[in-house]
Amino acid sequence: MLTRRIIPCLDIKDGRTVKGTNFVNLRDAGDPVELAANYALQGADELVFLDITATVEKRKTLAELVKRIAHTINIPFTVGGGIKTVEDVQVLLQSGADKISINTAAFHNPGIISGIANMAGSQCVVLAIDTRKEDDGEWYVYLNGGRTKTDMLCYDWASKAVDLGAGEILLTSMNHDGTKQGFALDITKRLSESLPVPVIASGGGGTMEHFADVFIKAKADAALAASVFHFKEIEIPDLKEYLREQNIPVRI
Amino acid sequence: MNLAIIKYNAGNIQSVLNALDRLGYNAIVTDERDKILGADKVIFPGVGEASSAMKSLQDNGLDSIIKELKQPVLGICVGMQLLCQHSEENDIDCLGIVPVKVRKFQALEGLKVPQVGWNNIYNLKSALFKDVDNNSFVYNVHSYYAEDSAYTIASCDYGITYAAAVQKDNFYGVQFHTEKSARTGDKIIQNFLNL
Repeated sequence: MLTRRIIPCLDIKDGRTVKGTNFVNLRDAGDPVELAANYALQGADELVFLDITATVEKRKTLAELVKRIAHTINIPFTVGGGIKTVEDVQVLLQSGADKISINTAAFHNPGIISGIANMAGSQCVVLAIDTRKEDDGEWYVYLNGGRTKTDMLCYDWASKAVDLGAGEILLTSMNHDGTKQGFALDITKRLSESLPVPVIASGGGGTMEHFADVFIKAKADAALAASVFHFKEIEIPDLKEYLREQNIPVRI
Repeated sequence: MNLAIIKYNAGNIQSVLNALDRLGYNAIVTDERDKILGADKVIFPGVGEASSAMKSLQDNGLDSIIKELKQPVLGICVGMQLLCQHSEENDIDCLGIVPVKVRKFQALEGLKVPQVGWNNIYNLKSALFKDVDNNSFVYNVHSYYAEDSAYTIASCDYGITYAAAVQKDNFYGVQFHTEKSARTGDKIIQNFLNL
């Protein structure tokens, strides 16, 4: 039986892992390769590396880092953050990334989605969407790490992206991110049930029950979290054992 | 050991090289007849669309070279599908080495296509799965599958039961990405190298 996936996310700055809350109070948390290898050993199903390096020249260290990760890690991993062109994608895929996550650049230039899909297949295109539920009750797409609101509805953008060739949707609820009050079940469910591709829920996972809820109630295919894993508030083996007890198929 | 990876226009060959490197093996990536025929073992990877991959093989004369191979050959993902008879993906004839048809998953209720993620394999036969536990998990990304047949050496369920791995004589094929399947995947690669 196909299992639900648990995906730790590592924030990368200048080739190092950083930990912080909502991109403030960042502190060095060590070598991403070592951390990633440890997650893989603990039973993480996949990994996401999100590069938050600001400058172009320092981004070159990302390709070097991806090579080291690919040589060490024996599970699939996604690389995202600041990717703007098909050429950026090519460098990362050639360095050994399995999937590429794109966000703002795809919104401004949706052709990049089909460009990557045609070059390397839909399976490596993860469309990341930051979304916020507004007072009108609708979920809107935000860009630039959540700083820029658009008039596009989350569901409309997700289905357009899938039509263009996105192979998975990484859905982050800004209302829930960092709250540890649980995932956004309604929008996750809407996307999971109506899109033909897997949906990775992100933002708000604080307890093991939250993960069970997003799988059972919202039908998410995968759940992503960062700080609860980094700060060991939830250990992956414990989480998977708990999910199994709730009759959720997981890889143990 | 002299290991050859078949070079053609279909692939994330780097991930296979990385997996071999982790296990302490080097391989050459080549489309040269003598080097492929002279290798102790041959790995035939592939991702992407089957008909363009098949065309790339034919354009480079690799189709006839593969059929000549007598040493152990491991097809991975689309590489495995190309070892089969025929694929529904753009209705193409494949290499025809393993007489099995490749079909598309039907998008049944609650079933997404492609299958993405970890699924368990069972009914494990062949030395390829030596010391691999029944119901071990492997990583999958695919919309097409090889039908269950007498050549099935590992089964998997996704809406239907299909062949997660096939074997005919010296030709082995795995649908899943053994190079991305954690310790189980590494074990299967090591078993292939030990054949």
